[in-house]
Parts: sequence; C-alpha cells; structure tokens
Amino acid sequence: MSLTKSQVRPGVYYDSVVLMQLQRKLAALPGVEDAGVVMATPANLELLADSDLLEAAGKAARPEDLLIVVRAGSEAQADEALAQVDELLKQRSSGGANQAFRPRSLAAGVKNLPAAEWVLISVPGRYAAKIAHEALDSGKHVFLYSDNVDLEDEIALKQRAAELGLLVMGPDCGTAIINGIGLGFANRVRRGPIGLVGASGTGLQAVTVGIHNYGGGVSQAIGTGGRDLKAEVGAASMLQGLRYLAADEATEVIVLISKPPDEATAARLLSEAQTAGKPVVVCFIGFAAPAEQIGNVHFANGLDSAARIAVGLSTGAITPPAIEPRAGYLRGLFSGGTLAYEALNGLQNFLHPIYSNVAIRNSQKLADPLHSQAHTIIDLGEDVFTVGRLHPMMDNDLRLRRLKQEAEDPETGLILLDVVLGEGAHADPAGELGPAIAAHSKARPDIEFVALVIGTDEDPQNTEEQIHKLEAAGARIFRETTAAVDYVAARLAAAPSAAGKALRLFAEPLAAINVGVESFFDSLKAQGADAVQVDWRPPAGGNEALASILEKMKGK
Amino acid sequence: MVDIQAANQTAVSRMMEARPILKGVALAKDVIPGMKPNLLLHAGPPIEWERMSGPLRGAVIGALIFEGLAKNEAEAAALVEKGEVEFDPCHHHDTVGPMAGVTSSSMMVYILENEKHGNKAYSNLNEGYGKVLRYGAFSEEVIAKLRWMNDSMGPLLAKAIDASGGIDIRALLSESLHMGDEGHNRNKAGSIIYTAKLAPWIAKVATDNDVESEVLKALGDNALSVLNPVMAACKAMSASAHGVEGSTMVTTMARNGTDFGMRVSGLGDQWFTAPAEVPDGLYFPSFTSKDANPDIGDSTITETAGIGAFAMAAAPAIVTFVSGTPQDALNATLEMYEITIAEHSHFTIPQLEFRGTPTGIDIRKVVELGITPRVNTGIAHREAGVGQVGAGLVRPPMKIFEDAIHAYAKQYGL
Repeated sequence: MSLTKSQVRPGVYYDSVVLMQLQRKLAALPGVEDAGVVMATPANLELLADSDLLEAAGKAARPEDLLIVVRAGSEAQADEALAQVDELLKQRSSGGANQAFRPRSLAAGVKNLPAAEWVLISVPGRYAAKIAHEALDSGKHVFLYSDNVDLEDEIALKQRAAELGLLVMGPDCGTAIINGIGLGFANRVRRGPIGLVGASGTGLQAVTVGIHNYGGGVSQAIGTGGRDLKAEVGAASMLQGLRYLAADEATEVIVLISKPPDEATAARLLSEAQTAGKPVVVCFIGFAAPAEQIGNVHFANGLDSAARIAVGLSTGAITPPAIEPRAGYLRGLFSGGTLAYEALNGLQNFLHPIYSNVAIRNSQKLADPLHSQAHTIIDLGEDVFTVGRLHPMMDNDLRLRRLKQEAEDPETGLILLDVVLGEGAHADPAGELGPAIAAHSKARPDIEFVALVIGTDEDPQNTEEQIHKLEAAGARIFRETTAAVDYVAARLAAAPSAAGKALRLFAEPLAAINVGVESFFDSLKAQGADAVQVDWRPPAGGNEALASILEKMKGK
Repeated sequence: MVDIQAANQTAVSRMMEARPILKGVALAKDVIPGMKPNLLLHAGPPIEWERMSGPLRGAVIGALIFEGLAKNEAEAAALVEKGEVEFDPCHHHDTVGPMAGVTSSSMMVYILENEKHGNKAYSNLNEGYGKVLRYGAFSEEVIAKLRWMNDSMGPLLAKAIDASGGIDIRALLSESLHMGDEGHNRNKAGSIIYTAKLAPWIAKVATDNDVESEVLKALGDNALSVLNPVMAACKAMSASAHGVEGSTMVTTMARNGTDFGMRVSGLGDQWFTAPAEVPDGLYFPSFTSKDANPDIGDSTITETAGIGAFAMAAAPAIVTFVSGTPQDALNATLEMYEITIAEHSHFTIPQLEFRGTPTGIDIRKVVELGITPRVNTGIAHREAGVGQVGAGLVRPPMKIFEDAIHAYAKQYGL
C-alpha cells in the first residue's frame, strides 16, 4: 500500500527548473513511486491532484509556499526521501560539469585566448597541415606533433612560416622548451644561457637533461621535426631557430642536434653557425667532424659530450671575434696533395657545392680539372698537370697561369694557395707568386688572397722573408691548414638568407592553444602556462564527401 | 564564382539591422497574406494530417471548432479527412506560432513591421499556461479562452498598440537579455517590460474597467505574453535575410511535432527536413520522457535570429536546462559562437562582457565541426490536449544540414 506525504516550506522560493530537477532526484530514490516539487499555486495544485499527489497538507499550502510531495511504498521510505530534500538541493550547486568551455575549432580557441602565441597540434596527420595553416593564418607559431604529414605540406608550411616570421616545429616534433615551458614531451630543466635547436626529439631531451645535470640551464629548446634537415626542406626550421638564438640576448651558447644532415644542408647550417657571433656546439650524430673546433663551431661526437661542451662554454666562454662574410667562390690552388685533401675535408662542411680533383665524395668530382666550378680545390701536383713538366713545388709556372685564370673569373672571391718550403722546393716561391698576387689584387680588389705557408725557420728559403713578401703582396698568411680552413670557411660562409622574416621574441608568459592530445594541455596547465584545449574532431565527422564540398566552399 | 563570405555578411547584416516594431493586432484573414476560411496554418515544415502528431492534431481540431467549422472532435476529423481543410506552414505566410502554431482566419494576430526593410510578420496571441490550444487542447474552456482573447483582449490590445504608435521589440529584447531572459524559454522580464509599456495605453483606451483589469492581469501573469511578438519580430528579422544569393546562413528552423525543418538564405524556399527528436529536459510532476512529443513549434525562430538557447549565458535562472551551473550556460553560448557568422550588434550578454549574441547559423560550420544549433524548448505531451509536460534542450538532426550542403553544392555547381 503506497503512501503520499507532503512537506510545506512557507515562503520559500525556487525557480521552477530547480524544482523540476529536485523532483527528478526525489523520484529516483528507493521506494519512491512519484514525486512533485512545486510552488503551491492553484494551477500547480491542480497538476498534483491530477497525478494523485495532493493530500491534506498540500491542499492547505499557499501560492508562495514550496510544496514537496512524495508517494512511496512505505511511510519510512517517504520520510527518508523527504529528509533528503536539503541535501539534494545542495547537490545542485556542484552537480554540474562546471568545466570551462572547450572550443571545437581553432578559430574559437584563438578567440578564447588571444594572448596565445603558440598552437600545439597533435591530430591525425592527414588533418594536421590544414590546422597548421590555420594557425599560421592567425599569426601563431606551430608545434606540430602529428606525424604522417606529407613532405610537400611540410615544405609549404615552413616556407609560409618563414615569410610570416613564424616558426613551425615539426611535423613529428616531440619536444620543445619555450621560455621555460615544456611543449609535448619535455624534461623539467632549469633556465639558463644555452639555446638548442634539435631535429631529434629524444636527442634534444637527452642534451637538455645533460645540460641540467652538469649544472647548466636552457634558454630555449626548439624542435624542428626529423625531416627538417633533408635536402628538400633545407633545414628551414633549424636555420630560423639558429638565427633566433643568435639574436637572443638570453642565449650565450647554441647547440644544434640532428642525425647526419644532407651534405648541402649541413654546409648551409655550419656556415650560418659561423656567423652566430657566439659558440655553437654541433652534434650531428654519426657525422664525420673535420675537427674538434672550427672557429666558433665546436663538434661534439655524442649527446652527452654536446651537453658537456655547451655547459663548459657557457661558464666562461671566449667568443672568437666574428669574421665578416664576403661574396664569391673559393679557388684553392694547391701544390701539396694532402694539404688540398685536408682543406677540402674541412671546407666541405661549410662550402657548398665544392669540387675538386681530389674529391672525397663522388659528388665533388670536378668535371674538368682545367676549369674551376663553384668552390674548387685543386691539387696541381696531380698527374694530369705534371705530365712533361716539373712538380708545382719546384716550378711555379703552372700555378701562375692558373692563378691568372682564376683572377680573371668574375665568380672568384678568394684564392687559397699553399707555399711549401724546404729542401728540394723552389728557392723563392714568394718571389714569383708575390708579384702575381699584387698584380691580380690591383686588377681585382674584390678577390682576397690567402696563403698557407709550410716551413720552418731553418728552411733554406728563409720562411720569414717568404711570409713578408706574400704579406706585402696582400696575402693573408696561415701556418697550418686548420687555421686557414677556419678562416676561409668563415669568410665565405653564406650570408644569412634574406628570405623570410626574423622571428619576434617569444612572449612571456607562454600561452598556447592545444589541438589534440589532451595530456599536452594538462602538462601546459601544470607548468603554469595559460592554455586552451580545442576539442577537435575530424571535419564533417570524418565524412570525406562532405568534407571535400566544405573545402571547396572555403575561402569564398 | 559566388563569394560565400560576402553573401553571409550581407545576410547577417540584414538580419541584425532589421528593426521590427509591433504595429497592431488584427484578424488573421484581414492581414496575413493568402489567409482564407478553410486554411489552417501550423508550425514547422509542411505536413499532411496523416503524419501529424497528437498535439498538432488536437490544435487543428480546436481551431476548426473555434472557427465554427466543426462542433466536436469527430466532426473536425471527418472534415479534414474529406479534404475540406487546407494546411500550410505558418512560415509560408510570414507567420510564426509557438508549439502547434495553429492559426486560423478568425484569430487575432500581432502585426510586426520591419521598419528597416519594410517586410511584415505575424503571430497569434499567447494563451498563457495550462490547457491551451498550442499544446493541442481543445476542450470548451480552451475555446472559451480563445474567444475571450479574440473578443476582449485582442481589440483592446489593438487600440492600445495603435495609440502607443508601436513598440520596438528589438529594443525590448536588448533590455530583457540584460534582465535574465534568453528570449525563448524565459521571457519573464520581457513580458513585464511589455506589460509596463502597454499598461498606460491600455488604461487610456479602455472603456470597461473589468476588461482592462482582466487584460492587464492576463499580460502580467503570463511570463510568456511577449513570446509571440518576439517570435514574429525574429521572423521579420530572419525573413529580411532570406534569399541572399550564395549565402549559407539559416533563415528558418521550425518543427511540426513530426519533422524538424530548415531553410537556408541562398537555397530558395526548399525545406530540409528530418524526423524531430524528443527534447532532453526536466518534467512536471508525474510526467517523464515517455510522455513527450517530438520537438514542436516555430519558436526556434528565436535561435535562428541569435537569441534563445544562443543567449543562454544571459539567463542564469534557467541553467538547470543545461545541467545546472552558470558555467554551463556560458559554455552553451560560447559553443554557438563556433557555428555562427557574427556577434549581434544589438543583443548583448552582460555575463560575457557585453559580447553580442552568436548570430546567423552557417550550415558549413555546423557540418564541419559537428555542432548542431542548441534549441531551448517547451515539451508537449504526445497526446492531444494534455498540454505542456516539461521543458528542456533539443538539437536539430545533423542530416538536414548535411542535405543542405549537398543541395548547395548542386545548386552552385561545386
């Protein structure tokens, strides 16, 4: 036998929707068959009567009273339900989801957090490029975690980004630390004067961890994605990052990390690194470094050593003075084969393309040893030149003729000669080379002459005097190959490309919009960054036909 | 090649610039274009008797009794089945009506005039709560109430509105949105403003104190008294934005209790329809979702024009419809910004730092993001005559938006 019980609360007002919700909760309690929670207006009393919920107490209620009625299986159950009214009313205030709005589109995300300078994208690859372009459209840097993005898309994105003065890290970029905030997967490392650019996510992580553990700190760690150093992409992001760090006052030492890059790309990067005006530690794992250090560029043979060298440099670094780059090609005219080879070995990392008749790589083979092309290093002691004549260490004739040929070539910018002294060598090479250099210098003041003099103070030619004659003719003298290579590489380093705008300083505090993997959003929030999560879904619910129509309707 | 962006800007600007003024009250047959004695207008897209839901059928029966074309339910049904009654959507006659929306030739209707573009729109008078025609009730007391509205209330309102020179409904809405209304499910403030604006003129033109008192009480007690002029105002606004070549903006959303229908500015007069869904809501005592009729009424014209559920952030008192917290009310409005073209230049939301309401639904955005418009709505009992059983939230079926995208591609050769 069911039983109806009422409770009247005189003069208590709640909005009807609040009451409806309370009623729903009451009706769901054990043993309760039906419930009514209303302001006791005549119309509402009639409604209760129709549902058999009106009994004496209810009938007596006035319109301004709150009337709560339950019909339950037993009196105990009815009392139990009525006793819970206050609790249920309280629940209301915390029962909702009460979560900040989650936009579904990047556009709405941008509107919600206009201060955001970064967009993190981790949606499936085939949708990622479109969103990245949208991010660039709205003037945001992109951290593109997604993989399986087409190479053409990557190239197009990076080209646009460079034009807009924005940065695209990725695709397939797993980590970055911007202004002390880790994006994607990143370790918590202290801030400091070492800036990194890495094409390898875990490589970048390992070096930042190493820097921290050796007591150093990180200014920025910029990721580029694994394909950035491929020839087609041309290290677009790494070059941007490198320039950013070179200009960044908070960065004193730069670290570049990658698997071995494409040859031309490596040359481009290293020659830019030379113009950074601060020490650059290069860690191209598996890359045959020509030396431990060339000018301001230090070569590390592993991730740990990169961290160690960087920390060492950041605590007491002496930055060599920057060398002004100049235009034109190198023409190296060597009498000594090994000297030519060593010069090529060093310079091939900076100058591209470079050719030689003592090529280290097939691609460097000079088509015609009698004619230079681009940067060229020639060993004039090779058989092709010495057939029927004396070796150039003894006879300067061949070199003088080639010197003239190069000095008349409008593409020539720097001529490098070796002068090997000692027993058996020409008695006064500088006496012949000097006047020629002086004459050519006069005709072509845009050509620089560099001479590598190999000899001792006991040699019969009088090394001092030889050097003096060459210097008087206008040549710059070096006494060993590495120093000459350092200088030539720095002089002929590619001038920073004019294409693209410099990145503006990353704003603090970092604010970002995360499109995709939610844990990246959580981690941004945990690090104290301002962030918005975009609750992204595939366009048109993944319906390709509709999505393609919508695409056609875009931008119209 | 059509410039969709520009077309949508044109459409949404027209909708926002439209200035609907309540100009009068008159008999439907005297003012509604194409109105005639055997024609009944109804809410939503076109529908035939066989497919009509309970509340719509009930309202049809009630209207035929009211018109004197039938004496009772049986006669009314027979008349319809003989094919002697014509049905047409309100929307085909510049008219809108809440719930069943049934409007017949001898009913008094509000006249709204858009002073900016010159078009007009119409809506019947609001009956208040309880047993009412719009929920399909057709008992004697329902008919008696309709007669009182036609004979006493209507003529007095007509004279008062005439004397007032017109009431600017857009301005009224701008104000009521700052007083906790969203213009669809909550019109409490708007109805009070409406009553306050009319009261002096009613007092001025009334010749019978008893009628004056009854009318003022009916207006003041009914938190929905302004709903019908508001709907007609929204209709006048959205109609002025219809027919813009290339526009993907929605200009009509309406339900007949069986189907949800939509029309798009740049896609002519074709309706895109799909079965209407049952609202997710809160129910009056002793009712549950099993009693609910699928979504019904032209009142979705409010959401079409940028208020209603789109202005949910402005109406914290009814947040329980969206799960209960003010944050969720804000979220509801924020979500609608994702699928709209503009922020309203006249309707603003204090809770969002007076940001304009999300206005002008873009079918492209709906389909791309998978977000259908939100609609606040009353819930009708599925049987004729029982009345309202609750209120809640519903969304149109995604299919009508997808169909519209395909139709657009076809029409514009994409």
